[in-house]
Formats: sequence, C-alpha cells, structure tokens
Amino acid sequence: MSLISEGALSKPLPSLAEPSLAGVEDYLALLKPRVMSLVVFTALVGLLVAPGHVHPVIGFTALLCIAIGAGASGALNMWYDADIDAIMTRTLRRPIPAGRVQPGEALAFGATLAVGSVLVLGVLVNWFAAALLAFTIAFYVFVYTMWLKRSTPQNIVIGGAAGAFPPMIGWAAVTGDVSLAPFLMFLIIFLWTPPHFWALSLLRCDDYARAGVPMLPVVSGLDETRKQILIYTLILAPVGITPSLFGFAGPIYGAIAAICGAAMLYLAWRVYRDREGEVAASAARKLFAFSLLYVFVLFAALLADNLLARLGFGFGLAP
Amino acid sequence: MSDSNDGIVLTEEQKRRRRARSIAIAVSLGVIVVLFYLVTLVKGPAVLNRPL
Repeated sequence: MSLISEGALSKPLPSLAEPSLAGVEDYLALLKPRVMSLVVFTALVGLLVAPGHVHPVIGFTALLCIAIGAGASGALNMWYDADIDAIMTRTLRRPIPAGRVQPGEALAFGATLAVGSVLVLGVLVNWFAAALLAFTIAFYVFVYTMWLKRSTPQNIVIGGAAGAFPPMIGWAAVTGDVSLAPFLMFLIIFLWTPPHFWALSLLRCDDYARAGVPMLPVVSGLDETRKQILIYTLILAPVGITPSLFGFAGPIYGAIAAICGAAMLYLAWRVYRDREGEVAASAARKLFAFSLLYVFVLFAALLADNLLARLGFGFGLAP
Repeated sequence: MSDSNDGIVLTEEQKRRRRARSIAIAVSLGVIVVLFYLVTLVKGPAVLNRPL
C-alpha cells in the first residue's frame, strides 16, 4: 500500500504528445552516476582480488555490464519513485519530476539496459555472473523499490543487499562461482548500508516524512535511529577486519580496517550522544561523509593488500 | 499542398537535444560492436564454447 497521498505531485508531468526535451545528461542522471561509482569500484576490487586471471578486455566488459546494470536499476527506481521524488527536496530536480524525461521513457530506458547488461555479461563473460547481476537488479527494483521502501523502516537494511552484490559479481566474473571471500565483501557493504543511510535520514527526516517514506527516524523516532546506527556500527567495525582474520587479506589491511572501524564507531557514538541542535546535525553529517570514505578506503586497502601479495610483498590472498 | 501546419514542429532546442540523443545512441551501438569484436578476438574460436 502506498503511503503517498493522491494529488501529491506538485507539477503535472508532460503529455506523451509533447516532444521530448530530454538531453543526454538527463539520461545519464537516470543512471545515478554517484551510486554507480561505488558499485563500479567495489566490483573492480572483487574482480581484481579474485583468484585466477582475467583478460583485461573481459574484465572491462564485466565492469561495464555491472555499471550499466546498476544504472538500469537506478533508472527503474526513478521511474517507480517519481511520485516520491516530486515531493522530496533532495530529489525534486531529478529528470522525471522536473518534467524533462517522461516516466515511460525512463521505464523503457531502464528495462532495455537491464536486459541488455545481463545478456551481454552472460554471452561475453559467464552466465553465473549474469545470473547474479539479474538477481541484483530484480532485488533492487522489485524487492526494495516496489515493496520494502514504502512499507517498512527496515527498507534499507534488507534492500542494502542489492548494493552489496557488485564485488561478488566481479569475483564471479573471474571464477564463475562465489566463496567466503566475496561473501565477506558483501557482508561489509551490507552492514555498512544502514548506518550510512540512517545518518542521511537523520538530516532529511522531514523530507521523508512529507513524502510518506517510512524511514526509521520517521517511524521509530530520532533516538531509536541513533541507537540502531550505533548497534550496526558495532557489528560493522569487527566485520570489516574479517578478511584479515580469515586469511584473505594481510595485517596491513587489518590495521587499516581496524583504524577506520574505530573512527566510524567514534562518529556513530557522537551521533548517539549529541542529540540536540546543530551539534546533532553536525555529528550526523560527519558520520555520513566518513561512511563514504570508510567503504572506499577499506576496498582500496583490500585491493592494495592483494596486489602486494601477488607481487610477493604481502600476506593476502595469493592468485 | 503545404504541410507546414501538419504535425509537431520542433523548436531549435528540441532539434538540438534530439540530435544529441541520436549521437549518444550511435556511439553506444558503436561501443557494443567494438566490444563484441574485441571479445571475439580475445576468446578466439572458444567464444561460443563456455560452461554454464
């Protein structure tokens, strides 16, 4: 059941007969390029740390397909969520609510890219990776966007799985299967997603409430959200070190993950402690910004550690 | 017979954006063709022979 009230759209969408004013940049915006950058980076790390060798052309093809598949998910998400996007300040200027791209165009664009990316990945790389990509797109669109986002405050907890699959797909593109190492990478992103998005939702609580999206601070309140952020970060910090503990990465990665985990935990504690005024907003902003850095640094360290091991200078997963 | 009033007449801005979209589609198709060509070279005769 949608929580969006009827007539909530602030401006009418253009009719089908109206010539399109969409520019190339609008279609690129439908792909959510900032989200795509994290997807591509984590998939690249999964692909490069996987045991075995992949030809650069095949590796590039796999990354391109994963990027396009992620972009397709974004376009389909924007098509379905156009009503919500038109209400929220953060998303008001997206191509569909702004009237530059019609919903049907976004649907056709996203569906074509979704099918195309899966087929090309299957034909040119391997069908196991393609099946994982198809599952990821379907999970993001049908489970997260169409079901969870409007129905439960656990939306981003479960839906976060979609954003955690790319390193696993990158790994599968090389090996044709998955094992514990890509599962640990999945787990890091999966556990990182709630504190990352809840920190943002603390800052945008009014926006989500106005749009009727049942984010945790809207449903359970700001204090409960702060507590949940701290709990998830308490789990995330040790899980971030597990690649070292299981022998998939060396002590250098382990040290970096421990330091970053401690910093993330400190910032989550600040969010939990500082609950009033500008100090509270500042704590949430810092946690949100650092959480982005956290996941990039951890995966960069995993990659560097693995490359050193391949060159004979480290202790990580050997090829 | 003049057909100047028939159908939708695009503005210069709409024509410019349509041209940009067409070029982007052409470039994308070109990239796909080159990609399949390169992968065929890399995989050689085994391009159609892979485990599911």
